Amino acid sequence: MGQITIAKTGNEAMAEAMRQINPDVVAAYPITPSTEVVQIFSQFVSDGLVDTEFVAVESEHSAMSATIGAAAAGARAMTVTASQGLALMYEMLYIAAGLRLPIVLPEVNRALSSPINIHCDHSDTMGARDTGWIQIYCENSQEAYDSILQAIRISEHPQVLLPAIVSDDGFIISHCMETIQILDDEEVKNYIGTYRPQRYLLDFAHPYTLGAIDLQDYYFEHRRQLAEAVKDAKQVIVEIGKEFGQKFGREYGLFVLYQMEDAEVCIVVMGSTAGTARAAVNQLRAKGKKVGMLKLRVFRPFPFGELAEVLSKISAVGIMDRSDGNKGLGGPLFDEIRSALYDSEKRPLTVNYIYGLGGRDITVEQIEDIFQNLLNYAQRGRVDSLVNYVGVRE
Amino acid sequence: MTNKITQEKLGWKSLPIGDVLEAGTAFEFKTGDWRSFRPVHDDEKCTNCLICWIYCPDSSILVKDGKFAGFDLDHCKGCGICASVCPPKVKAIKMVDEREFMKEGK
Repeated sequence: MGQITIAKTGNEAMAEAMRQINPDVVAAYPITPSTEVVQIFSQFVSDGLVDTEFVAVESEHSAMSATIGAAAAGARAMTVTASQGLALMYEMLYIAAGLRLPIVLPEVNRALSSPINIHCDHSDTMGARDTGWIQIYCENSQEAYDSILQAIRISEHPQVLLPAIVSDDGFIISHCMETIQILDDEEVKNYIGTYRPQRYLLDFAHPYTLGAIDLQDYYFEHRRQLAEAVKDAKQVIVEIGKEFGQKFGREYGLFVLYQMEDAEVCIVVMGSTAGTARAAVNQLRAKGKKVGMLKLRVFRPFPFGELAEVLSKISAVGIMDRSDGNKGLGGPLFDEIRSALYDSEKRPLTVNYIYGLGGRDITVEQIEDIFQNLLNYAQRGRVDSLVNYVGVRE
Repeated sequence: MTNKITQEKLGWKSLPIGDVLEAGTAFEFKTGDWRSFRPVHDDEKCTNCLICWIYCPDSSILVKDGKFAGFDLDHCKGCGICASVCPPKVKAIKMVDEREFMKEGK
């Protein structure tokens, strides 16, 4: 049961998880900032460290198409991408989910064009939020490594059978080296187990058609089935996160609470900003301010009930979106959390803070200001400015 | 699922997971009901070369003991390929307007 402590960048950690998973097929196309994951993994293939059939495709649309084909045939298939790459996969993402193929996609969050930008924000995966894919956002390399392993188990679970995106923040995590703990190869092999799909196209003894046309008479039933599967996946994600903790000492859930027991105000964050926010919480706690943080890990399925239970006890909640909704009222996380709280008997004040677009840095001081802002609103019982853009020049 | 296709439509709880359609369902599902021309066969002229059987895109030429045995009209869509490929010296298949059969109540 040896785990080794090793220095890895986010990209190296993702590639390492993929080496240990040893998928049957990987079809991928390089794109900044996830290029290294594909590059390192293809080196593993060349060096004979994995048994994977690596398909070097000509675009991300083809990458996802080939991955879908492989998964439908019965392979454990993966691909990797970021930003425009994920955008180019868009139509195929819906197909992977609709066909209920358990594909795991390590993704590195990067802004979408235009203007062209290679740095972190969450607009790429947020664009895919309603595709039927599970979405897990990671704070650091350790979480990315652990979550990719868990995602295999989650996606392939007979009660789930959904594809999953596991993402971390471009450059901030993908290119930042930190020490992480990795499991023994054999342990990973046992943990994920042999992939035995219930139905697969190369099962010649049980032939079937996959992806036939559904018109007015069946399309609705299939989409209804998908909606239920996404909802039900939540329970499996929780169970698998708990089991991972029991086995390997790092437990995972839908979200993580930090200094929330007696918090008067809090912020909700996703990804690497949680680290910055933790420092801001510590600074303010040292001054006696009752502030806390909720780090959301699982965005799809969205934990509506669980979040409402925690947040309804808070006076003012700052919701931090690293992407804009471009819809006239804040970002996507803001929408979901406000919707989650609507049925609560006691509703907190909510404020949206859009920050960090295109990799714009967010500092401890800025988050302290956000907390101060929230404390003022909580005291007065009203919000002056519902949607705020943090760190943008006027 | 197979034999329920034409009778009873499944709900989302009982459908197989993920747009899966069991094999062989086309056999149960009568896909020839929108045909506008029907192939008619002349036993006298037919030489049983079975070129029609090779070309039929819908497996609608029935064969028994190596000889032409009729059309599967539940699945024939009336494309006319069989009539077209029947050798010019034989011309054992002709396409007849479906309305002719409606008149006769066939």
